[in-house]
Amino acid sequence: MNEEARAAAGQEALAEALPPLTRHEALVESTRCLMCYDAPCTHACPTHIDIPKFIKKINTGNLRGSARTILESNLLGASCARVCPVQELCEGACVLGAEHKPIAIGRLQRYAMDYVYSKGVDIFLTAKTSGKKIAVVGAGPAGLSCAGELAKKGHDVTLFEKRDLAGGLSTYGIIGLREPVGISLAEVEMIQRLGVRIETQREIGEDLVLAELQAKFDAIFLSLGLGATPNLGIPGEEQVIDGLEYIEQSKLNGHNLKIGRNVVVIGAGNTAIDCATIAKRCGGEHVTMLYRRTASEMTAYPHEYDFIKKEGVRFEFLAQPVRIIVEKGIVVGVECVRMSLGQKDASGRPAPRPVEDSQFVIAADQVVKAIGQEKASLAARLNVKTQRGYIDVDEHFQTSLPGVYAGGDCIRTHGAASTVMAVQDGKLAARAIHERLVGNG
Amino acid sequence: MADLRINFAGIRSPNPFWLASAPPSNSGAQVHRAFEAGWGGAVWKTIGAPVLNVSNRYGAWHFGGQKMLAINNVELISDRPLEVNLREIAEVKRAWPDRAVIVSAMVESKPEVWHDIIKKIQDTGADGIELNYGCPHGMSERGMGSAVGQVPEYCEQITGWVMQVAKIPVIVKLTPNISNIVMPARAAVAAGADALSLINTINSIIGVDLDTFEIVPNIGGKGGHGGYAGPAVKPVALNMLSALGTDAVVSESKLPISGMGGISTWPDAAEFLLLGASSLQVCTAVMHYGFRIIEDLCDGLSNWMDEKGFKKISDVVGQSVHRVSDFKNFDLSFKAVARIDQEKCIRCNLCYVACNDTAHQCIDLVAKDGSIVPPGSYDVRSNGKEEAIHTRPSVHVREEDCVGCRLCFNVCPVDNCISMAEEPPERPSVTWDEITQKQPEVTEDWEKMKAYREKMGIHIH
Repeated sequence: MNEEARAAAGQEALAEALPPLTRHEALVESTRCLMCYDAPCTHACPTHIDIPKFIKKINTGNLRGSARTILESNLLGASCARVCPVQELCEGACVLGAEHKPIAIGRLQRYAMDYVYSKGVDIFLTAKTSGKKIAVVGAGPAGLSCAGELAKKGHDVTLFEKRDLAGGLSTYGIIGLREPVGISLAEVEMIQRLGVRIETQREIGEDLVLAELQAKFDAIFLSLGLGATPNLGIPGEEQVIDGLEYIEQSKLNGHNLKIGRNVVVIGAGNTAIDCATIAKRCGGEHVTMLYRRTASEMTAYPHEYDFIKKEGVRFEFLAQPVRIIVEKGIVVGVECVRMSLGQKDASGRPAPRPVEDSQFVIAADQVVKAIGQEKASLAARLNVKTQRGYIDVDEHFQTSLPGVYAGGDCIRTHGAASTVMAVQDGKLAARAIHERLVGNG
Repeated sequence: MADLRINFAGIRSPNPFWLASAPPSNSGAQVHRAFEAGWGGAVWKTIGAPVLNVSNRYGAWHFGGQKMLAINNVELISDRPLEVNLREIAEVKRAWPDRAVIVSAMVESKPEVWHDIIKKIQDTGADGIELNYGCPHGMSERGMGSAVGQVPEYCEQITGWVMQVAKIPVIVKLTPNISNIVMPARAAVAAGADALSLINTINSIIGVDLDTFEIVPNIGGKGGHGGYAGPAVKPVALNMLSALGTDAVVSESKLPISGMGGISTWPDAAEFLLLGASSLQVCTAVMHYGFRIIEDLCDGLSNWMDEKGFKKISDVVGQSVHRVSDFKNFDLSFKAVARIDQEKCIRCNLCYVACNDTAHQCIDLVAKDGSIVPPGSYDVRSNGKEEAIHTRPSVHVREEDCVGCRLCFNVCPVDNCISMAEEPPERPSVTWDEITQKQPEVTEDWEKMKAYREKMGIHIH
């Protein structure tokens, strides 16, 4: 297979995995919903979408009403329908899960969202102008959610984004088979139609200065996300590809994505699994995930682990890379050391310790690291109070600086970061900002 | 193996299931195939007066994912030539001597016309005749069908004409489009009919098209009432069947009753038998799934009869009739309360909302710490399946406040999760009828009622 054919096959292999529900499927599935009262799925959803309500609206053929129900709680309902770990959230809490199978809530939500996006239906009208100006920094899910909610209230919102495209990880960092880039960009356009002005290639700390924003705007919301993937600190590091860039390439520049024959992915989180999926589906023959602990400590969701095992990806547990072996400028392997698990560390998981004289080599011509992201280094430079490197906020999402709010991954001191949590932060912060600026009403 | 054979007013069939007089029994070829599939009998689609039919004859009501919970139709009686029908009836009967072939008839209300059709039917060798006094559409506009069934005097008169020449059993089919089904039944008894059958279809408009605003089904821009049938009508049919079984005149006549109206499965069939039907007719379920459904109707009924120790159909017939009564005879001291099996409960809270919004507000949401909490009492930041499941309150009935209305039992989606537990009566047994006889003032005056309640310790929540 030539390079071009291989790239085309790779793009096809990374197309959205789940097909949309047919009308019949949506009707059968929505009929199955019991319409629980004070439903546990709604509680489990971080944005508390009234799930039985939107499902029953699908059942009655009121798709516009269904979409409104979703979007009233979660402006990024189309992304969340695709990327939410529903097994851990709404579907995991479904009362039908124990004896039968839970309602396919994510896919029903997508059905309602696809309806409004495919028909070009705008659910919300913008409110009367309030005269208040708000700056939102960072156009990921938290920023888009906050900006959209504030625009709905009639505020004049400018959303600053350092990159070329808005959408944050939804645009750049989530594997296409779960969320194609078009979905994220359609949501960005919807937020723009609500009246939000988006300025891309504007980075705070570079050409944007917080003090100036404070002077020009009535309130500021910081949704900075996280920083870069940390260094492994091992020889040959410069040959290692950053996992997030790997995913970004596959989504936005797939034809130029280079895939190794023997790919080693370092890490065992959800991003690592996305990287391994890309490697395996786009031509990698042997794909190995390298993790210094075991399956029971990995941070990937259980359903993601189940998925990647079926993709034919090999796991090398209790292995830590100590050197990337490079010959004549070409990667040929990863030297590892065997680990054993000891006492629990600060993360509450057993700390891995190297086993003496246990070096071994895994043949590899491409090494990808997906070992989490660093905390936003910016936070400290902005002179806002931080907690363990994350921006510290009060219960109203306000930072130590009055009128400056923050949300999303940059404040997530504990718990799993996810799109839907960021959307909720943005929504709640928008409420707090609105109350601060115009009072409750 | 239970014996499913029946002898219905002298008409014998190997099982109690007959095709009702309707589209499935429109032709000899269809009835042949039905008998091949195992049907015990067929009531031939009504023959008689000349007719022409229209397109878009059937409308349907779909509900909750179930197609054809009910059907309605504006099809008339057979539009095939009379001679063709009579010839095919004779052929079918000759080919299937062990099956019941009954012919439904409807003609103008003139004695000589009725005499003529009855004689023609008898010449085919058919086992019985069913008089169609039921169709609520089309034929009724011409003074036939339900126009006869709705007037007991007509019913009696025409049945009388038929009985003058009838040599084979005559079944009078009653229309449900009447305020009291007992009256035309008594008329049929008085005229000497051999058996009764019910119900025919119920007058209905099945729906309106929300795009075109046309009546469903649309017949060239118009639409109108048609006969309603299918699973949705079963409770109406069971009530009318039991009304005949509990009427002194009809029950003393001992006329057998052929039951129909929404029979789709063997449990439906068993209910009709228990309420007094001794043959069963089926139409909509066959129109939905074809003749093949006869297999489970027989197999399921037979297995159920074996399980319950019934050896033959007549052992089942009417077993529940003596339990049918009127409100005035119900024991006012009978007490049942809802009880929720916490092990089986899936915490859907449907019982809670039904009770709280629409019944008697006696189910509480109880948090882990035992406190009663309102719905939605979790923090806006709380999320995830663990929190949603583990902090979810459980539903508990305050039995002292439960009136035993049974709404929660009905809405619960889990089998045997909510039960209606019989409690020992708190008062001596008494019926409204007894109160009316012994203390009529209590039934007429709220003050007296209040005093009675206080004396008896009846607390209304």
